[in-house]
Amino acid sequence: MSTVGTGSNDKCKIGVYVCHCGINISSKVDVSKTVRFAAKLPHVTVSREYKFMCADPGQDLIQQDIRDGRINRAVVASCSPLMHEPTFRNTMAEAGGNPFLFQMANIREHVSWVTLDNTAATEKAMSLISAAVERVVFHQPLMPNRVPVHPDVLVVGGGIAGIHAALTLADAGQKVYLVEREPSIGGHMAKFDKTFPTLDCSACILTPKMSAVRAHSNITLWSYSEVIGVDGFVGNFKVRVRRKPRYIIEERCVGCLDCIEACIYKSGKVPDEFNEGLVKRKPVYIPFPQATPLVAVIDAKTCIGIRTGKCKMTCIDACERDAIDLNQSEEINEIEVGAIILATGFKTFNAKRIYRYGYGKYSNIYTSLELERMVNAAGPTGGEITLKNGQKPKAVGIVHCVGSRDNKTNKYCSKVCCMYSLKLAHLIKERTGAEVYNFYIDMRTPGKGYEEFYDRLLEENVHFIRGRVAEITDWVMTPEEEGKLVIRAEDTLVGVVRRVPVDMVVLSVGLEPQPDAEDVGRLFNISCTREGWFLERHPKLAPVSTFTDGIFLAGACQGPKDIPDSVAQAGAAAAEALALIDRGYVVLEPNTAYVQDELCSGCKTCIDLCPYGAISFDDEKDTAKVNGALCKGCGTCVASCPSGSLQQYLFTDDQIFSEIKGVILYA
Amino acid sequence: MPERNDIERFFDPKIVAFFCNWCTYTAADLAGTARMTYAPNVRVIRIMCSGRLDPQFVLSAFREGADGILIGGCHPGDCHYQEGNYQALRRFILLKRLIHAFGIEKERIRLEWIAASEGDKVQRVINEMTETVRRLGPLDLEPITKKVIDYMSVTHHEMVSISHRGSS
Repeated sequence: MSTVGTGSNDKCKIGVYVCHCGINISSKVDVSKTVRFAAKLPHVTVSREYKFMCADPGQDLIQQDIRDGRINRAVVASCSPLMHEPTFRNTMAEAGGNPFLFQMANIREHVSWVTLDNTAATEKAMSLISAAVERVVFHQPLMPNRVPVHPDVLVVGGGIAGIHAALTLADAGQKVYLVEREPSIGGHMAKFDKTFPTLDCSACILTPKMSAVRAHSNITLWSYSEVIGVDGFVGNFKVRVRRKPRYIIEERCVGCLDCIEACIYKSGKVPDEFNEGLVKRKPVYIPFPQATPLVAVIDAKTCIGIRTGKCKMTCIDACERDAIDLNQSEEINEIEVGAIILATGFKTFNAKRIYRYGYGKYSNIYTSLELERMVNAAGPTGGEITLKNGQKPKAVGIVHCVGSRDNKTNKYCSKVCCMYSLKLAHLIKERTGAEVYNFYIDMRTPGKGYEEFYDRLLEENVHFIRGRVAEITDWVMTPEEEGKLVIRAEDTLVGVVRRVPVDMVVLSVGLEPQPDAEDVGRLFNISCTREGWFLERHPKLAPVSTFTDGIFLAGACQGPKDIPDSVAQAGAAAAEALALIDRGYVVLEPNTAYVQDELCSGCKTCIDLCPYGAISFDDEKDTAKVNGALCKGCGTCVASCPSGSLQQYLFTDDQIFSEIKGVILYA
Repeated sequence: MPERNDIERFFDPKIVAFFCNWCTYTAADLAGTARMTYAPNVRVIRIMCSGRLDPQFVLSAFREGADGILIGGCHPGDCHYQEGNYQALRRFILLKRLIHAFGIEKERIRLEWIAASEGDKVQRVINEMTETVRRLGPLDLEPITKKVIDYMSVTHHEMVSISHRGSS
């Protein structure tokens, strides 16, 4: 056997370990056959199989072979390297081997789980194993790259998830930047009246947490601000935050409302976003009484003073603290953080997209969020549920699954609508005594106390009609329907088409990703699902991590979630961020590019290709030079090098050429 | 002489795929987790970014006996490394012309953008690619073409030894 491999003078002795993964692999792949096949491959000294290679006895096999000097390189044929590569690299290192003299062959995700025919699966497994064996010959012993972690954390989004994550981290002693796009934190939860199934007041449980954010010495709260740039990598992110001008000097404003009183508009002119446009606000406003920070904001689009300059600017005179500055301009702040938690939330489905439901066409049809504001004592009607004519409704229909479980809009279940519809049904019944009709497809109430709440509603004589609503119309057929909205739906339990006349309709709109979720995903270099929810690293085992290390997810930006789930996930994300910071360093994959000086012709092709500016030109040596700290290891420059001088650790030309040879030559 | 149909029926093409670590390789893992079965002819080689794809990899794979090459990267704008997939696209267009000049059908190479959540697209693309190559039949490179590729595919290992020979 000849001495092979670069950088290592040891004779190449490869151990091949094929995993059964219970029966996940062995039910399709003839494992014994692959082991016999591997034993005959060049440089292979040991070839074994085991039921679970990732279990301790499996890892012990590798370690014993290393300690006994039988092998110095290893190939494990099992699951995806994205799953267990770190595990087996550790196994190598613990036994005194170099963790990078290792290669995985993915014979589960890429073979046994996707191949119908057993013979074809075994052949495919053998070819992937031979490719890994051919490749590992060219592996170089490398040192993992340790980089310190910046201890500060950025939380993006100030809804309940962002608030909880920020508070958890701040309580642990970390410095947190909480960035919120709106003038106040609070998110959707601040708009709700009650929370299911306990019916405790949403504001009562949320506002203490909002005040805690404001008061916490470890939290820097930047409301009315947006992240506009993210550079760097895990442990060392450089983030640029744009602080939009609110035309009020935040440090001086005490939220006394004098400027709002003094505005030359005597009444509201602009739809009030916080109240879902049910009422109007002035250009200068505070979103809601418990807003945090409690600081006014001036909407530049509608303020005549800012737009034209031709205004008496009574607000400026009214402010005793000189807090108004109509010439304020935006501010860009640059911060360094070690970890980022995204908690950017959701938006509700636009009910106008289902024209058959008549939202926006008939009066007295509301979305669930609008009704949520209406039942709130601080809302536009002071908590009264009234029709447009001021009367109380006698019959109310609640239409479930608007924009959920629907092939024409969103296929997925929004998870929270059944429960909030029950809550609204209870509140409507309580406040008005009206007959309430729920039109549902299936009632989905899994959760602590949720089914019990449903039972309670059944006892409160709320009507439940199983059937998707076909249309809502004002076209009447009988005298009783006169002046009412008619809900047409097939009652699938009875098998008849029903026409239910009601005074008011509530559309239980589903949850959708934020309209700019994809752009935000790109900004933070994370992926989205097809619907636009942020993609977690693993649906079960890494639900708050993303494919970009150091960036974590919390709340409904990852998928529809209720408050308990959002809070739980926020706590988990905070713990993950804390684990990263507490360790103090990160180990970076040493897959950076490097230049072999003797082959570099100095053509400079690579320099412009690098998106990170990691390659510079050494004028003395007339060669290119890679800055390992800036290189992220994509290998684009390597592929462009005409002289083969640039190489990438872990992905050298030799390694890939030998892998190509391996997959084709055998099997 | 077997009929054309027989070749199609019995010919099992060898296809080498180069999938980027962040999108397409992850999507292939997802297809596995979701047990989406597909043709067994494709062998996936993981690279960190489709921008790492050296055109020589493709030529070398054809030289070693591959009948088709599949390249998978992140969707435009979604590249984990900002713009590696655009470089892959530029090289792919040139590569198509190059292999055409070698007498290799253009359909034998295919570039697809497959996001991490698109396991079903991995399944579809691999099945389509296998059928396309099956219809084209085995790739029969002329000896002269093989020689040219051999000349082009000097590995860096060999280059180092050549350069050392030059300097000593």
